[in-house]
Amino acid sequence: MKVEGKVFKYGDNVDTDVIIPARHLTSADPEHLKMHCMEDIDKEFVSKVSEGDIMVAGKNFGCGSSREHAPVAIKASGISLVIASDFARIFYRNAINVGLAILECPEASRDIKDGDVVEADFDTGVILNKTTGRSYTATPFPDFIKNIITSGGLVEYTKNELKD
Amino acid sequence: MGMTMSQKLLADHAGLSKAHAGDLIEANLDYCLGNDVTTPPAISVFKKLGVSEVFDKDKVLMIQDHFTPNKDIKSAELNKTMRCFARENKISHYYELGRKEMGIEHVIIPDNGIAFPGDLIIGADSHTCTYGALGAFSTGVGSTDLACAMARGKTWFKVPEAIRVELINEPSTYVTGKDIILHIIGLIGVDGALYRSLEFTGEGVKSLSMDSRLTICNMAIECGAKNGMFPVDDITLDYISKTNPARFNEGRYKVYEADEDAEYCMTLTIDLAKVPLTVALPHLPSNTKNAADAKDLKIDQVVIGSCTNGRSSDIKMAYEILKGRKIHPDVRCIIIPGSQKVYREALDKGYLAAFDDAGCVISTPTCGPCLGGHMGVLAKGERCVATTNRNFVGRMGDTESEVILSGVPVACASAVMGRVATPFDLEGGSL
Repeated sequence: MKVEGKVFKYGDNVDTDVIIPARHLTSADPEHLKMHCMEDIDKEFVSKVSEGDIMVAGKNFGCGSSREHAPVAIKASGISLVIASDFARIFYRNAINVGLAILECPEASRDIKDGDVVEADFDTGVILNKTTGRSYTATPFPDFIKNIITSGGLVEYTKNELKD
Repeated sequence: MGMTMSQKLLADHAGLSKAHAGDLIEANLDYCLGNDVTTPPAISVFKKLGVSEVFDKDKVLMIQDHFTPNKDIKSAELNKTMRCFARENKISHYYELGRKEMGIEHVIIPDNGIAFPGDLIIGADSHTCTYGALGAFSTGVGSTDLACAMARGKTWFKVPEAIRVELINEPSTYVTGKDIILHIIGLIGVDGALYRSLEFTGEGVKSLSMDSRLTICNMAIECGAKNGMFPVDDITLDYISKTNPARFNEGRYKVYEADEDAEYCMTLTIDLAKVPLTVALPHLPSNTKNAADAKDLKIDQVVIGSCTNGRSSDIKMAYEILKGRKIHPDVRCIIIPGSQKVYREALDKGYLAAFDDAGCVISTPTCGPCLGGHMGVLAKGERCVATTNRNFVGRMGDTESEVILSGVPVACASAVMGRVATPFDLEGGSL
């Protein structure tokens, strides 16, 4: 599977309170959450993002609360992939569980700039910055995550297990 | 190669004799829990799974605390969703507001005798890591993980490597668990323990009360840790013998000790005697400073409470500092006992009257202002000293407001002085 889009670039320690502030957690509806995604660090994100765009950030992306609303909001906003140097562990788990594609790649995270156009291939882990022509290889998904993804996410995986 | 406390506990719950860092295991859970923000999405996922009932009505905990008492119509709907599900499924640990068992999840789950040494617990709340103070393994997850755990009573884990935190000596006057964990986060950063366990050890452990240990493990997540864990000692056994005498007397708990040759990715030695009264300045918990060096910062509000510092000893300490004093004219001081039990104790012992005399607001138990929900949201340009756990941009209100994290003594002294202060400033002053 390949995705391509323009990049929204953020720094280190992007926390779940800025991805989706708690004042908007009175609804878990993706259509509601996407209207407020990133608003506390980037008020223009919601109006500028297009379907398929890519988010790139530094280290410890998604730190803070366990709110699954955070990856849901990013996914619903149209973002097809988040590339970061690394992710906070609860966010990492939640992203997989709700089907938001993520890749860890410190080099790509460092080099790629806001507005660049990037293409990424999940099967090979190859990230190509079409603006600069540079390519990177992301840390491949561990097997256990591939298993959950091939089942169609944690819900489908659990449904299968419950049948046994 | 030996195992850490966390690794032994996880192996046991997965039916394995060994578990090492990086192993993927599926383990049986003793409890799973959620709150009024995270449980409603879990309920909708649970319904998609097509199961008729939860795996064990006594082991799925549903606690309303974030936006309660309902702050608006939407939060009322969230609570109604959880309440109806809890009633239909006869969830034993669902408490109505005002009842003696009710309160903030991470205050009541240890204090009501639910979490015990050796338990494996996940919760759809990042501060679920609190119960490691009792020698349990507990960690935060999202709503989808909670839903699947509610159905099967199992979940998968990647076995973490551990940082060994050796505590030596004893903390000085007014220094509590909050100062110690802020100090540690300041040393290693907000991602300093990413994916790892923090395992506490050393002769300094015995100088820490159970409430201090709960505060320390509560904030393990703020340096990215998967869990924090203390060894079980006489203080732990004394605590659980009081919170749940029946389970204690039946011996239904297990003590895990780290092997002599357990492998750690690093050892951090903390001299408790050298930990100062500490604050974390905006906008990261790792932005720590000696409280005595932040005295030029004027404040508008103080919040004392939360799952980090809303326990019995916290409210008692607030009483000891605030009794007979007055809150600074420019400051609102909001005191939120973490549970109904803590509230009642404060009422019976006269703490609430002393707070009222000092000019404080006294709230029913709620997470409220900690996450900018209600009961003390900040306006643009306002600054708050809070005993809560996060000071991210916009956490307690406007994106241009500021939160300074501290322990109870610094928060109380600051409320009186109208600026960041320590109790030593009070004793030396004319107040």
